[in-house]
Amino acid sequence: MSVQGPPGARLARFAVSPARRRKDRLARGTVTAGAVIALIPLALVLFYLLRKGLGSWSPSFFDTDPTGNTFFKASSIGGIKSAILGTVEIVALASAIAIPIGIGTAVWLVEYGRTSRFASLVRFFVDVLTGVPSIVFGLFIYIVLVVGTGSSYAGYKGSLALSLLMLPVVIRSAEVILMLVPSGLRESALALGAPRWRVIFSIVLPTALPGMVTGVLLAIARAAGETAPLLFTAAATDRTNLNLGQFMNSLPVQIYKDVTSPTTAVVNRAWGAALTLVVMILLLNVIARLVSRRSRLA
Amino acid sequence: MSSDGPPPQVADVEPESRAEGERRRIAPRAGAPVAPARDVNGATAAAGEQEPKQGLSVTLQQLRAFYGDAEQVKGIDLDFRANEVTAIIGPSGSGKSTVVRCINRMHEEIPGARAEGRVMLDDLDVYDRSVDVVAVRRAIGMVFQKPNPFPTMSVFDNVAAGLRLSSSGRGAQGKHDLRSKVEEALRAAGLWDEVAERLGEPGAALSGGQQQRLCIARSLAVQPEVILMDEPCSALDPIATLKIEELIEELKQRVTIVIVTHNMQQAARVADRTAFLLSGQLVEVGPTQEIFTKPNDPRTEEYVTGKFG
Repeated sequence: MSVQGPPGARLARFAVSPARRRKDRLARGTVTAGAVIALIPLALVLFYLLRKGLGSWSPSFFDTDPTGNTFFKASSIGGIKSAILGTVEIVALASAIAIPIGIGTAVWLVEYGRTSRFASLVRFFVDVLTGVPSIVFGLFIYIVLVVGTGSSYAGYKGSLALSLLMLPVVIRSAEVILMLVPSGLRESALALGAPRWRVIFSIVLPTALPGMVTGVLLAIARAAGETAPLLFTAAATDRTNLNLGQFMNSLPVQIYKDVTSPTTAVVNRAWGAALTLVVMILLLNVIARLVSRRSRLA
Repeated sequence: MSSDGPPPQVADVEPESRAEGERRRIAPRAGAPVAPARDVNGATAAAGEQEPKQGLSVTLQQLRAFYGDAEQVKGIDLDFRANEVTAIIGPSGSGKSTVVRCINRMHEEIPGARAEGRVMLDDLDVYDRSVDVVAVRRAIGMVFQKPNPFPTMSVFDNVAAGLRLSSSGRGAQGKHDLRSKVEEALRAAGLWDEVAERLGEPGAALSGGQQQRLCIARSLAVQPEVILMDEPCSALDPIATLKIEELIEELKQRVTIVIVTHNMQQAARVADRTAFLLSGQLVEVGPTQEIFTKPNDPRTEEYVTGKFG
């Protein structure tokens, strides 16, 4: 097949029409504008956080507790040590509860439950849990463990509320990753005469590990930023407390309290704490990205 | 088997002790009722007259396989002779893969799938209630269509995987013993010379043909008596295919081979006997030469001459 006609006519057939060029520009401009608009609030948030928060950062900001003394000059109000340690401890316990149960559930769903009726039921409830507002988990723990037992607030109760929040995220992300593990790998391991539990531990989980780490870190990051479930489960306290059985401070709750204060220095402490929290979560996300880059399934 | 010490040459093992070891490995655990009519001597005779042969025969008796309610394999009687290569040919959807997957009970791994009838490994029904499916799969290895080395493992670990993943665990495997078994399996798969210096590299770093031979080495390492190959060359180029075919020729000295293939020339090149399947039924089985030159059934003739399929 040769192209017919004189050279000029030939080129005209292959030229891009002006109308198509216009449409292309319009469509491209629209999606680019969308991306830029989405970036604006994000950039503004980061900009304000840095501008307002960096000012209150200092060595003593990180290694002193709030003094509770909020009516005098900035140097006497104290730092956020108790809030940082409280957040780390509460989130660590929440992760220790939610990650094993979540991954166990995902393994069961993918390797054993598969298409069974009970598995569909579990999947449905996990989906419902994903959509439950975080304050509802806090309320649930409050009713059951604070009011229900007639006792008071405690760090571990906050952890339980956060672990409920993390659980559906961990299950769903781990399930998706486990389903990405090629079934041929399972089959060839089974065909080698490996019992199913060994196939799961030696083949499936190591293959899925990098991807699962990403999902787990994202769940941790989400839980670390939650205020509502902690307000009436772990409450708040000024002094550093490492005992999960007592009132415990946390970054989100500290921010919530400080930002309503009439004293400028205390509001500035909220900005500093917010920046600290964002940096901590950012670090987790960076780690998640580095790990997932090594993923063999990506 | 593992109590025999390192067998650098499988030929060293005496036929009798091997047959008995076989019984211990697959047979029901102590206390379970022993299935009737265990002909030990028959097995020994079949296992080796002069040359100690390793393969065991596989016999399908009225094998039926289902996916849910759909009957994919509709009552097949077929005999795979020890230390022979039997090819299964037939058009897509004729049940070839399902048949081989029933032999090592991989068929039942698919949700909703089940099999009826009997699959006799020598004189043991692998579907007997008292039989351990894990032991069956250790005796009947499998090579899949797509080369699928374990992506998280090195070349060495891939071959060692079968030994390590066994329920007995790695405690039973001495380090030196493991190394020699891996080397032996890689040599048997014709891959040793190519990977001897690359044992620590990821298995996925090898070429497609090498990966498939790695998978063959992996299944050889656990010293099966039968190897099932489900279109092992369909993802490979002609040169890699040729190497696998040469390998099959050598491997039948030590194992019984069942190979599913779409490629009739391949069946003609490697198989001692060929079975032709159509719509889940066995049309004809016989020496490969006869199936391709003077088949009894007109449908076989139409298929092998390319009139359909």
